[in-house]
Amino acid sequence: MITLLLILIPLLTGLAAFFFRDEKTVRAWALFSSIVTLAVSLLGLTVLNKPEYLAHESQWLGSLGSSFSLKLDGMGQLLCLLTAVAFPLILLSTWKATYSRATSFFALMLLSQAGLMGVFLAADALLFYFFWELALIPVYFLCSQWGGEKRIAVTFKFFIYTFVGSLLMLVAILYIYSQTADRSFALSSFTHVLLKPNEQIWLFVAFVVAFGIKMPIFPFHTWQPDTYEQSPTAVTMVLSGVMVKMGVFGLLRWLLPVIPFSAFQLGDNIMTLAIIGMIYASLIAIRQDDIKRLVAYSSIAHIGLMAAAIFAINETAMQGVMIQMFSHGINIIGMWMVVEVIERQYGTRKISELGGLAQKAPAMAILFLIVALANIALPLTNAFVGEFLMFTGIFNSANTKFAAWFTVAAGLCIIFAAVYTLNLMRKTFYGEPGPRVTTAIDLQINEKLALVVIVALIFWFGVNPQPMLDLTQDVSASIIKAVTNSVSTK
Amino acid sequence: MKNILELAYLVPLFPLIGFLINGLGRKSLSKSMIGIIGSGAILASFVVSLLIFFQVKGGNTDTLNYFSFIRAGAVNIPFAFQIDQLSSIFLLIITGVGFLIHVYSTSYMHEEKTEHFGRYFAYLNLFVFSMLLLVMGANYVIMFIGWEGVGLCSYLLIGFWFKNPEYNKAANKAFIMNRIGDLAFLIAIFWIIGKVGSVGYSEVIAAATEGSKFTTTDITGITILLFIGATGKSAQIPLYTWLPDAMAGPTPVSALIHAATMVTAGIYMIARSNVLYSMSPLTLNIITYVGLATALLAATIALKQNDIKKVLAYSTVSQLGYMFLALGTGAYVAAVFHVMTHAFFKALLFLGSGSVIHAMGGEQDIRKMGGLNKYMKVTHITFLLGCLAIAGIPLFSGFFSKDEILASAFGKSPVIYAVGLFTALLTAFYMFRLYATTFRGSFRGTHEQEHHLHESPSAITIPLVVLAVLSVIGGFIGIPEFMMHGGHKLAEFLQPIVAPSAKLLPVHEVSHSTEWILTGVSSALIIGVVFFAWNKFSRKPDTGEATGFGKVLANKWYVDELYEKAIVNPLAKLGGFFNNIFEKLVVDGLVNGVGRLVSYSSRQLRLLQSGQVGSYVLLMVLSILLVFVIQFFLRK
Repeated sequence: MITLLLILIPLLTGLAAFFFRDEKTVRAWALFSSIVTLAVSLLGLTVLNKPEYLAHESQWLGSLGSSFSLKLDGMGQLLCLLTAVAFPLILLSTWKATYSRATSFFALMLLSQAGLMGVFLAADALLFYFFWELALIPVYFLCSQWGGEKRIAVTFKFFIYTFVGSLLMLVAILYIYSQTADRSFALSSFTHVLLKPNEQIWLFVAFVVAFGIKMPIFPFHTWQPDTYEQSPTAVTMVLSGVMVKMGVFGLLRWLLPVIPFSAFQLGDNIMTLAIIGMIYASLIAIRQDDIKRLVAYSSIAHIGLMAAAIFAINETAMQGVMIQMFSHGINIIGMWMVVEVIERQYGTRKISELGGLAQKAPAMAILFLIVALANIALPLTNAFVGEFLMFTGIFNSANTKFAAWFTVAAGLCIIFAAVYTLNLMRKTFYGEPGPRVTTAIDLQINEKLALVVIVALIFWFGVNPQPMLDLTQDVSASIIKAVTNSVSTK
Repeated sequence: MKNILELAYLVPLFPLIGFLINGLGRKSLSKSMIGIIGSGAILASFVVSLLIFFQVKGGNTDTLNYFSFIRAGAVNIPFAFQIDQLSSIFLLIITGVGFLIHVYSTSYMHEEKTEHFGRYFAYLNLFVFSMLLLVMGANYVIMFIGWEGVGLCSYLLIGFWFKNPEYNKAANKAFIMNRIGDLAFLIAIFWIIGKVGSVGYSEVIAAATEGSKFTTTDITGITILLFIGATGKSAQIPLYTWLPDAMAGPTPVSALIHAATMVTAGIYMIARSNVLYSMSPLTLNIITYVGLATALLAATIALKQNDIKKVLAYSTVSQLGYMFLALGTGAYVAAVFHVMTHAFFKALLFLGSGSVIHAMGGEQDIRKMGGLNKYMKVTHITFLLGCLAIAGIPLFSGFFSKDEILASAFGKSPVIYAVGLFTALLTAFYMFRLYATTFRGSFRGTHEQEHHLHESPSAITIPLVVLAVLSVIGGFIGIPEFMMHGGHKLAEFLQPIVAPSAKLLPVHEVSHSTEWILTGVSSALIIGVVFFAWNKFSRKPDTGEATGFGKVLANKWYVDELYEKAIVNPLAKLGGFFNNIFEKLVVDGLVNGVGRLVSYSSRQLRLLQSGQVGSYVLLMVLSILLVFVIQFFLRK
């Protein structure tokens, strides 16, 4: 029941939103809908956390061997919660933004949320694919219709990447389907399918490219800075806070348990690629003058660490990836909130034209500082827990001969992160106010509220991460077990 | 109360509450209220620390488990405190000296706006909180939380006057250089987790001494990494350059963070892990030479600095080098002893310099001072006592701790001793150059400044007097064995901490008569240098610009410039290359190639469907069909 509600609420309220006339009403409607979804998600974590509420199955394309099957395990709970927390925060913080054809804008946002929920809930490969597209198509419209000047070219690039990824994923899914014993798209059939090592290799490549584009993993990343830069901030928040987790989730749910042996064979290639990407993106971030692009490259570096940690293949790293999926989402949405305020107030995102904001907007300076510190994974912020576990896992990984070197190379990015994050802080907030900043005003009440919630989450999960770690404990263990079993049987 | 140690959580809790009250209420509270809350929190911690100290002295130590911080996979980290001899000594230093500096700050920072006054005290309390976590933690991860926490507070306080871009740069530099060390520290933790599965001190030490979990390579690797971490926080070669720049912060901050407490974190860490270090002679050697080289290098730079705080900053780097020298020779107690005496006299000197700067209306250049002894009696006398203590004049606190370090250096090698002694002479020289130029001779500032010269208010002078008393008598808890049997109370107290090391490490016994000779020689030389410098600079202070070799020293051996050219610029260039060329031409070029291909085909398909989305869906359907067809043939 919970599972179905998580999809149906945003889906139905989203469809209904198309029929609103007034921008104010539709905005309130969307916020209301997202809060109800959040409440449902929290219920599923607490009082209704019982197996009968967390699974759903009904007929759907039965002749093809696909059914409408939803399941909410620990990882699903975590990501549905992230989606459910993210949308109210995004809508709240961009409350003052105005859009042309607002009804369509908010309708598409909610449809995208429905798609995201579906992705994290689907226990059937075809259903997963369906929701994957359902989540992406609204975003594609949101970027191309409401984006910045270069939106058409950028959306096209985004589209190309997405298209290639989706196609590869579909091919891989269909191939695996054809190899299942009972001709079924069910997750359980997929995890029991027996594939030869050489089959696993090309499936691995297909999946990694498909999911790697979404995350993104170097060198499939160039759509991201452009898209983040050109999209309306609310959409950028959805993309970077929640949607990139689709890629990570895909690897964890549909790659590792289904073709586990390939992760053992090819894992350290991906680690290498991911870590090159981390250093590459970090160095570029240091050189950015545009705040949005800086945050985009910083995110690429952070996601790179998650990609590397996934293929470290041990529980420590896996638990780190899990909790980091949530933390990264919260933190980057916080970053975008401040970027949004800066851009709207001063009409520029160029770091070189800003400066001295702390004097004009002290509340924003303090809240952003905390988010920035979380971005560099300072202890007692949420990101430290995830990064610490991932690094520990990578250093002690048995899946590669270069574990120590990988750790050192990836560790350099801890230092680089401090460089670009603190430089951003210094150049925009400190110093004497520049000419553009003289008219600055501090945060509005809605922005302040959203940022305070984010800061509270940063500390909450930074000081007391154990409940969240417990939530994903079983899933992490079973993923690792799948890979180690496949190695021992081969 | 059954066991006072169970109150240990109060020690960091008070400053945390103080931080929250002052941080959130900085706009509504009055300045006196902020001062009372800020200082009161630390006083409360000090009182609890004293109670704890007496418990520990009675032989009562404990590890207190609070909750499970991170438990996942191979990692299990409890949030736990370890109260023993080592941590209780540091608790006293941190809260004791910390309290005096808080009191001093109520007056020193009084001209700030209330809001910034509140922010200052909030940061200061947060710093004390982090430092307490660092020394109280029962495992390396809790230590690391405090470790990065103090780094953060140092960053915030160096950049306290955030309107000044130079100060902000100094703050960034401090944080980033510390982060380099922190990375090494972290890798050491990962390594320990991989080998032991726990990061608790007792488990790690047990694994090192009993089990076969560690190989020699492991121990050497881990200890070197931890030491690299220490070079960041404790400003040793090659990561020392941030500390002198850190003087951009308010002077009481320099006293508390950049002299008395935070920078000693590295010494604490190594003393805490002393068993591991004693098992790795290679690492000990590295520490000895790095410490010695840092002590000497920083002392030479201090010779030619004219900013009163810069001289003290380099002297801090140099004294920290001494402490590492002690650690390297296995004299862990001597290092902790020097941490303590140094905390007294260096806090005193910094606070004294703050009093001077205050009186001079913000002037920090000693060439524009002179003759201040006539205007500020308390500041003058206490500063002089501080200089005597740091120079190591017999019976002052610095004498005992420095002498112990030199003795253990002699035990290792007479050459190391000679370099150490030479550095001590340099120290005496530049400290009395500083003293004489500032307080002796005649006043060289403007009439305006002279008119305003005054002694500071009692909130400033009382901490100076207390610290001066401690700087004079503080050494008596460590009277060496050769002077008085059973005189080294500190060694006795710390015995349980270093006992396992003593079994591992060969002791370089130096006979009592040799010690008398060494002490006599070094004392005589130091007293001679003090007289020489005092006379020289009282009569004719060097007020010109440095030339020749002096210029190299004044410019700090051009190390900052070297780092800039060799590391910072190349990395920035590489980033620029990636951003402007590689990303656009290579990575994007490939994608755009694919893009053009698809775009071309979609243009063909647009004959059937209009727009990109149409073609997208169509292609999707076609591809599904295609795959089914392929599948159909494959199955045959």
